[in-house]
Amino acid sequence: MIKRLGAGVAVLWVAATASYVALLLAPGDTIDILIGDGADTPEIRAGIVAEWGLDRPEIVQYLSYLWRLLHGDLGRSYQLQRGVGEILATQVGPTAQLTLAAAATGVALAGVIAVVTAGRGRWLRGAASAAELVSVSVPPFLIGIVLLSVFSFTLGWFPVSGAQGPAALVLPALALGLPIAGVLGQVLRGGLERALEQPFAVTARARGLTERALVTRHALRHALIPAVTLAGWFTGTLLGGAVITEVLFGRPGLGQVAMQAVTGRDMPVVMAVVLLSAAVYVTISTLLDLACRAIDPRIRG
Amino acid sequence: MTTYAGPPSVREGLGGSGHRPPPPGPLLAVEDLRVSFGGADVVRGLSLSIAPGECVAIVGESGSGKSVTARTLLGLAGPGSTVRASAFGVSGRDALAFGPADWRRLRGRFAGLVLQDALVSLDPLRTIGAEIAEVLSVHDVVPRARREERVLELLEAVGVPDPAARAGQRPHQLSGGLRQRALIASAIAADPQLIIADEPTTALDVTVQAQILRLLAGRKAAGTALLLISHDLAVVASIADRILVMKDGQIVEEGPAREVLTTPAHDYTNALLAAVPSAASRGTRLTTGAPRTRPTPNPSAQVLAGTALARSYGSRRVVDNVSFTLHEGETLGIVGESGSGKTTLARLALALLDPDSGRISLHQRQWSHLRERARRPLRPRIQLISQNPLDSFDPRHTVGRLVAEPLRLPRARRRARVLDLLDRVGLPPETAARHPRELSGGQRQRVAVARALGPRPDVLVCDEPVSALDVSIQAQVLDLLADLQAEYGTALVFISHDLGVVHHLADRVLVMKDGRVVEEGDVREVFTRPRHPYTRALVASVPRM
Repeated sequence: MIKRLGAGVAVLWVAATASYVALLLAPGDTIDILIGDGADTPEIRAGIVAEWGLDRPEIVQYLSYLWRLLHGDLGRSYQLQRGVGEILATQVGPTAQLTLAAAATGVALAGVIAVVTAGRGRWLRGAASAAELVSVSVPPFLIGIVLLSVFSFTLGWFPVSGAQGPAALVLPALALGLPIAGVLGQVLRGGLERALEQPFAVTARARGLTERALVTRHALRHALIPAVTLAGWFTGTLLGGAVITEVLFGRPGLGQVAMQAVTGRDMPVVMAVVLLSAAVYVTISTLLDLACRAIDPRIRG
Repeated sequence: MTTYAGPPSVREGLGGSGHRPPPPGPLLAVEDLRVSFGGADVVRGLSLSIAPGECVAIVGESGSGKSVTARTLLGLAGPGSTVRASAFGVSGRDALAFGPADWRRLRGRFAGLVLQDALVSLDPLRTIGAEIAEVLSVHDVVPRARREERVLELLEAVGVPDPAARAGQRPHQLSGGLRQRALIASAIAADPQLIIADEPTTALDVTVQAQILRLLAGRKAAGTALLLISHDLAVVASIADRILVMKDGQIVEEGPAREVLTTPAHDYTNALLAAVPSAASRGTRLTTGAPRTRPTPNPSAQVLAGTALARSYGSRRVVDNVSFTLHEGETLGIVGESGSGKTTLARLALALLDPDSGRISLHQRQWSHLRERARRPLRPRIQLISQNPLDSFDPRHTVGRLVAEPLRLPRARRRARVLDLLDRVGLPPETAARHPRELSGGQRQRVAVARALGPRPDVLVCDEPVSALDVSIQAQVLDLLADLQAEYGTALVFISHDLGVVHHLADRVLVMKDGRVVEEGDVREVFTRPRHPYTRALVASVPRM
């Protein structure tokens, strides 16, 4: 476990260093890059030099940058004239809502479909399989557009954009969650079907268990192992997908912030978003590791 | 949610409580049972009856339909199966009219199932306590509050020491014997009148096998009927009242155990009996019973020798001060139970692993502690045959490519040599184009032998080469090895947990326990007059007919 934490810290350090190196290597003057498209006055320039210590040797700059990060100081956006930490703090809520809702949708759909269709007739499995394939192969923004035109523009059930109330969350969460449901559903069903063919499933049936009880009490846990491993992958998909989904549905959130920062060349914000994604990724994969150990005690060795 | 507590009348009808006198008549009576999968008949007209307290054994090779028969008796023939019978009585009721719920009520309650290898037959992710408690909850055998206590009683009853600690463990944390006991505990948890045991001791060490058979015999003595399924007549000999010999989905012979074993009427039964390797079969061919020529070991030509070998994994000493010699044309048997260091010794002999101390020589030249570059030219001299060839074959390669791999021949001559090798091991030329998965277990082991013979080795290290095979297939592979040895004078290191096999084949034997050699010598001497207590225990555990 200590090894795992060490690896996590190392990933964060590499992410921080990589974005710092990117800043230094970017063509042009570092001050220009940090200002980006923001207001450019001699006072602001002097402020940047002071904050980033650009008048000191590069190694001191780098160390003080790490030192500031360690204290949670993510720097300042010269375009938005606000602290980066502050910007992220106000935007993290809607994004967390969206990604969590999407993950929950994906997991719930995948679970239900897999449990209902595992080991069943060819038609049911074929239909589920086809639906999964479509949801995986169609890009999320297209799913979003279809959902919007059907449920918002035509039927008017859900708001077209914004983040007011739970109703506004439904379509974005579906758009982001469906591809996850597709992949996860296939993996779960595959895992369930493999588990149901194992000798222990015969033993369990021979105890008088119903098929449903066999799936929920025995097979599901076996199927969860590959699914949890896969969950690490969809953390990345969720974070990346959130950018597109937020823009598409006009939702506030980190995606919007990142999008604007990249197009406006607001380097401090971009760097902070990179770090935050790395931190989220490290946290989630550590949690998933723990989950794997809890599900399969054999992993401890 | 699946807890079933049916109306009392129904449960009485099932004979649910073992404390009541059993219903009159057979527990189970099937007439002309036929099971087919997609048009292919697997069981073809089997009739069987089991009386209360009786032990009936079905013996046959894999593919004979015996396992399908066992499962069909619990309504578990599986998806895609069609089951027909002219009569199918279970506990005095007509099973042909059963729906899924009727079957579920019987499973575990009327009959418990014990499968092979508890490592996979118990849910590996759950504790054995939870597995046993599941039966209690499904059939509502005892009130919820008493379940835990009952689990411990059951573990105690099957001879698991320290049940309170064991109940919280998972199959992989237990030894093979303990987890098989736990599996039996789960099968008898609802006190069934019948135990169906499908190869319950296969893959277990001989001493553990003897313990499990005693445990089953104890249940039988307590009045539980037993249906025992095995490929090995010797295993069922000590416990069965009646034996049914099954072949290609049909019963070819049936009778009291003593009669079937001593005066078999059918050729197939005879062949099965003759196929069991033992002291008596020494010097004969197992498949035909004809005498075979043994190569005369050449004591002046030492091919492989290990001196004071030791090897540890972490702090565990797996091989401890082992020395051995092997001469041209000789067969050195190595017996011992799992964990005794046999396989590590094989890896040392093959120089896949270097000993921590001690040395190995091949043809009187240094073999251990060499750089791989120096070792490589010598590698063809010593080859391996492993227990499960499927694991050692690249599944995407054809048999031809697998056999050709170790050959250092120009392409033009390679194919002829592959076909020649396949012919030597009794495989038709067409086999070269097939993939290992399409072959039967015996055919795969023949391919493994062909591949090992390819480089014309002086030493063949055989690590449990027949342990995964049925007796009849085992007999063919053992005969093949003996023939090839006679022809080429190859020396064999033959590792096995099966004393009968070693007694049949080997000249000398090492008995290993906990990494040490506890006894060694001429195989007849060691097995007929064992001196070490451990060897005595091993010899005493061998099932006898």
